[in-house]
Amino acid sequence: MTDATLPAATRSPDALKRAVEARLKQRYAQEMRFRLYGRIAIIIALSFLVLLVGRIVLQGYSTFIDYRISVPVHLDASRVDRNDPAGANYDLMVAEAILAKLGEKDDEVGEASSKVMQLMSNDLGFQLLKMVREDPSVIGKTITVTGPMRADSALYYKGEIKRSTPQDSRKLDDQQLGWLDELKAAGAIRTGFNIGFLTRSDSTEPEQAGVLGAVVGSAMMLIITALLAVPIGVLAATYLEEFAPKNRWTDLIEVNINNLAAVPSIVYGLLGLAVFINWLNVPRSSPLVGGLVMALMALPTVIIATRSALKAVPPSIREAALGVGASRTQTVFHHVLPLAMPGVMTGAILSLAHALGETAPLLMIGMVSFVPGVPEGFTGAATVLPVQVFIWENASERAFHERTAAAILVLLVFMIVMNLAAILVRRRFERRW
Amino acid sequence: MTRQRDDAQAHSATPLHIAVSHDEAAQAVAHPAKVVARAVDVFYGEKQALFGVDLDVPDKAVTALIGPSGCGKSTFLRCINRMNDTITGCRVAGKIELDGSDVNDRSVDPVVLRARVGMVFQKPNPFPKTIFENVAYGPRIHGLASDKAELEAIVESSLKRASLWAEVSDRLHQPGTGLSGGQQQRLVIARAIAVSPEVILMDEPCSALDPIATARIEELIDELRTQYCIVIVTHSMAQAARVSQKTGFFHLGKLVEAGATDEIFTNPRDSRTQDYITGRFG
Repeated sequence: MTDATLPAATRSPDALKRAVEARLKQRYAQEMRFRLYGRIAIIIALSFLVLLVGRIVLQGYSTFIDYRISVPVHLDASRVDRNDPAGANYDLMVAEAILAKLGEKDDEVGEASSKVMQLMSNDLGFQLLKMVREDPSVIGKTITVTGPMRADSALYYKGEIKRSTPQDSRKLDDQQLGWLDELKAAGAIRTGFNIGFLTRSDSTEPEQAGVLGAVVGSAMMLIITALLAVPIGVLAATYLEEFAPKNRWTDLIEVNINNLAAVPSIVYGLLGLAVFINWLNVPRSSPLVGGLVMALMALPTVIIATRSALKAVPPSIREAALGVGASRTQTVFHHVLPLAMPGVMTGAILSLAHALGETAPLLMIGMVSFVPGVPEGFTGAATVLPVQVFIWENASERAFHERTAAAILVLLVFMIVMNLAAILVRRRFERRW
Repeated sequence: MTRQRDDAQAHSATPLHIAVSHDEAAQAVAHPAKVVARAVDVFYGEKQALFGVDLDVPDKAVTALIGPSGCGKSTFLRCINRMNDTITGCRVAGKIELDGSDVNDRSVDPVVLRARVGMVFQKPNPFPKTIFENVAYGPRIHGLASDKAELEAIVESSLKRASLWAEVSDRLHQPGTGLSGGQQQRLVIARAIAVSPEVILMDEPCSALDPIATARIEELIDELRTQYCIVIVTHSMAQAARVSQKTGFFHLGKLVEAGATDEIFTNPRDSRTQDYITGRFG
């Protein structure tokens, strides 16, 4: 079009109109393409999320299904001595009761009963021991005891252990699998929700293992981290932002704090090992030392978040307070800080949620030990959720495979709850004004 | 600090806007000078913003500072209660005396000074707290009330003097930020009055308000001038003419002329003043 090559001022209105319309189509096309790219990006991100979480859920949900057996056991007085309850072989008695249920008897060598013992958890025997200890009058009676099947039996029921694999490469031989089928057919096995996973702590037997100890350990560690990192961080940031003179030294401090936020977390673990454990003799693998190390790690993040929340408070509030005759401290603590609270709280909770998931520094300070119970106090031995996941992942037993995924799910739920708390706290502080 | 007047005397019966005769106007300017500025220079870093300002601000009267944008009126105003201290790199030279004592002297605590010299800003900035808290904050931190009843009395009398009481008496515990612009500015004035200042500085208090709200604030200023020394910076010459007894004209950092409002507006001595008033610039 010859018209298009002329300068705009000399083109006729019609030609201009046509040029605008032609270009318009192009602009709309660009816009549609951009929106499409945006949607594709979101879909890709969401699919990764679904893939990741979906895989973990698929791997771990079976942990929450457990198989329990109820069997009546006769506590023969000749085998149980009321003065020495622990001396009796309860596992053997339970195994014999199960054999009886199967309609079989034990042989002289005891091979059948030892094979059956591999199918049931020794939790059943522990329950009997506890009952006898508490109330010796049960000796001589028949008690029905309910307990979980051993991890491998449960794996067979879930389909993880298949008959198709050759007998030598499985943990359970054909006879045991046959017994399991019989018990199931006879209705002696009940499936239920494995609440024990959430109410028990770590154990060598997978069917008795749970995350309670790790959850409590994580919670105790987070309490220490929060008590240390939040007050120190908020006060330090307030001082640096409101009171400190702006010179080269404060610039240097700010650069260093920003750098510390980016330091790899394992370095804090080394620091914790050298300073807290070796020099200050804080008990190794305790929530106290874990909390101290995590507090150091969370501190730079809290300081940075607080500073930016303080910077966002409009200067008119400060002027209003100063104009009425408030001192600088009063201005900051009565007016500026309360207004900055939503940002401060969000930063604090997010840095705590971050500290919850850290594994490397805690491995360095020794929290990788086997802790079969809830930690006693802040100086007792403890483990935390991410480390528990790490330990179970390295365990040799097959059943820990699904438990690792289930523990990851518990960890994710914990983090979602903390992030929701951050959002609610923020909303609550913001809604007031 | 002066004591609060009794409530009964707070609203005098005199009408709000009366024609002041020439003698009365001269009288007003003849009150002893509350704030005396001599050779005041203000520097922002290397740049000088005020050059040798000499001004006497009379007590119990309204003094207006007029001039084009950027001429230093607000800077001068902020020197009186040392709000320029909060600006890094700002340096004040010269003498500013409140009742004879230099405000920049080392022995003077800015916190105490700002309770004697209150300030109202251009954009209403009530605290994001309840109306009651806004007014009560000042008396509380300065310890002006010994118990809750006294504090409530101070809040009530300040809101009445700022002619806001009738509108907010039933919602004292609602946020101050929920009021309209004009109401917020009166709340800010009540907040300033609550600490019983001697001087009230107003930096373009009506520039963010509509004409009706402006008229109410001007009425309020007229009532308040019988008790306080008021200095008002304004862009509107009509406002300066309506409200003030003394006027100072600033231009490019210098105080060009100062005197009784009538004289400045009808018979200015300097040609720059004449040009500004007739609208040739600014």
